[in-house]
Amino acid sequence: MTALAKHLPDPDTMMPFAGTIVMILCGSLFFPQILGAAYLGQQLQIASFLGVIAMGATMVILLGHIDLSVPWVLGGAAILSTSLAGTQDPLLTAIAIPAALIFGAAIGLINGFGVAILRIPSMVWTMAVNSMLLGLAVLNTGGFNPKGEASGTMTWLASGKILGLPTAFVAWMVLTVVLAAFLQRTGFGRYLSSIGYNEKATFLSGVSTPSVIFVAFAIAGLCSAFGGVLLAGYANQAYQSMGDPYLLPTIAAVVIGGTSILGGRGRLLGTVGGVLFITLLTSILSVMQISNAWRSIIFGVIIIVMLLFQTLRRKET
Amino acid sequence: MLEKFRANRREAIAVAVLLTLLTIYLGTHPRGASTYVLTIWANQCLILALAAIAQFFAVIVRGIDLSVGAVMALTNTLASYVLVGSGIELAGGVVLVLLAGLGCGLVNGILVVYGRIQPIVVTLATASVFVGMALLLRPTPGGQINYDFADAMTLDVLGIPTALIITTVVIVCFWVPLRRTGLGLGLYAIGSSEQAAFQSGIQVPVIRMASFALGGFFAGLAGLYFSFVTTTGDAGIAPNFTLNAIAAVVLGGVALRGGVGSLIGAVAGAFILKTIGALMFFSGLPPLAQPFVEGLILASAIAIGGADILRVRNRLEVFGR
Repeated sequence: MTALAKHLPDPDTMMPFAGTIVMILCGSLFFPQILGAAYLGQQLQIASFLGVIAMGATMVILLGHIDLSVPWVLGGAAILSTSLAGTQDPLLTAIAIPAALIFGAAIGLINGFGVAILRIPSMVWTMAVNSMLLGLAVLNTGGFNPKGEASGTMTWLASGKILGLPTAFVAWMVLTVVLAAFLQRTGFGRYLSSIGYNEKATFLSGVSTPSVIFVAFAIAGLCSAFGGVLLAGYANQAYQSMGDPYLLPTIAAVVIGGTSILGGRGRLLGTVGGVLFITLLTSILSVMQISNAWRSIIFGVIIIVMLLFQTLRRKET
Repeated sequence: MLEKFRANRREAIAVAVLLTLLTIYLGTHPRGASTYVLTIWANQCLILALAAIAQFFAVIVRGIDLSVGAVMALTNTLASYVLVGSGIELAGGVVLVLLAGLGCGLVNGILVVYGRIQPIVVTLATASVFVGMALLLRPTPGGQINYDFADAMTLDVLGIPTALIITTVVIVCFWVPLRRTGLGLGLYAIGSSEQAAFQSGIQVPVIRMASFALGGFFAGLAGLYFSFVTTTGDAGIAPNFTLNAIAAVVLGGVALRGGVGSLIGAVAGAFILKTIGALMFFSGLPPLAQPFVEGLILASAIAIGGADILRVRNRLEVFGR
């Protein structure tokens, strides 16, 4: 019975999915094209960019930390991959994606080093790493949009289709399943949550807490870099500050998905729902041709309402 | 004396670093230590210092405020409408702008205390709302404010930059007395241990609300002063100030885990951050390398100032913080 209950999603996880469905239904009353396969497919594709990044962010938030270096890990990976692919050299083009992913994981290790070894609050350390990456990017590109273009693989990953589904969405789902299995089937997943609950107790139980933190941040860096590769493939270029619009929606998606910002409690599935919810909300608001200002206000209010629902429900139980 | 130094060593170090940096800055500046140079420097510093004070009030009660920049954007755009005319009209405008800031802070406080949502998430969401309202007021940068009044607030009095006078007034007439009241003590008590504070009979909800309200007020003040310096309204200033304000409080020795640090440290941290930026400008480094070096200095300063590992006696101690 308990085994069954464990596999049933909890209400916190399901709420963003329910919200997404309600939003689609309400939106379709005014704009019937929302129910079309073309529109929904496009939304899944766009959601994948945010989704891939949010998977990594979920890992770090489960730990009770936060990764503010997302914008320039994303931007750096995009610049790196497009400039490698832009050389037209077959070898360099082939290593464009792996190089970007290794770059992301390496930055993740630097983040982990500051948090696990130096014990600097993750919020300021990752922010400092972010500003150093920004500096490096400016130093390399001279403040202009970097030259280069996406490789064929990158374009296919971002805009192609597999069996009618966007490739980006398939990639996101594969990543989710792999990470979920990693969290559920290995000790790492349990250590991750238990560090989020109580790091001292986890350490005293004999877990090498620093290595868990290193791995979590490396995965987060890898995910942000992958998001950068996808975005660069989508836009066929890298541009300055392309990552900035992804930082806060990522955190919002994770939190709406029922993951506690204090760490220890949450699920990847919830984040998937949160990402879909936020992507559709943004999209429907722009379909309705609402001004930027009102979009920003409605976005904030809806996030607060969702979170209030969560606390209200918890108070009742 | 020694005891007093020990108790305030974080602030003492921050102020010492600031004075060193300032000396180097004035030494390398082509125009030397003139009132003109000092005034421009102090104006830039004070904007960030006020934002850092706003951040300080959230951090001291173990919260974080991601809406500091957004409240600044909102009050700045509001100021670009209401700070016109003269006399009573102008005074009314100032009060309105500050009330707007206070209101934003209260909204944050209510959601944190009664909504029982983590401050970082609440302010993430309200920041979006406040920026939206700022964009409603000023979709594109524009508007203006009374130039005579702005000049009076951003130039100098008898050779002393007005910004430095305002900084002193905030510290001496606001912070020093506040620290000795029940509210000031309560802020530190909640930041150190909310449970212990509650059990000692401190009204945790009220003080936490007051803390966020004060934060909103100072963010409003920062937006107001930003308007004096730039004399226009711009809704796009939010992200920069929010992150810099967090960096500033950490540089000033305020611990993000709450309960440690002081407003003086936050102010010193903001001044340090701006002085480093100004130093870069005259340092002779290639312009393209400046953002990287600035980031590097920021990272090392944070690593040294924020790293708990340097002062633990016992390996377990790092987890308890």
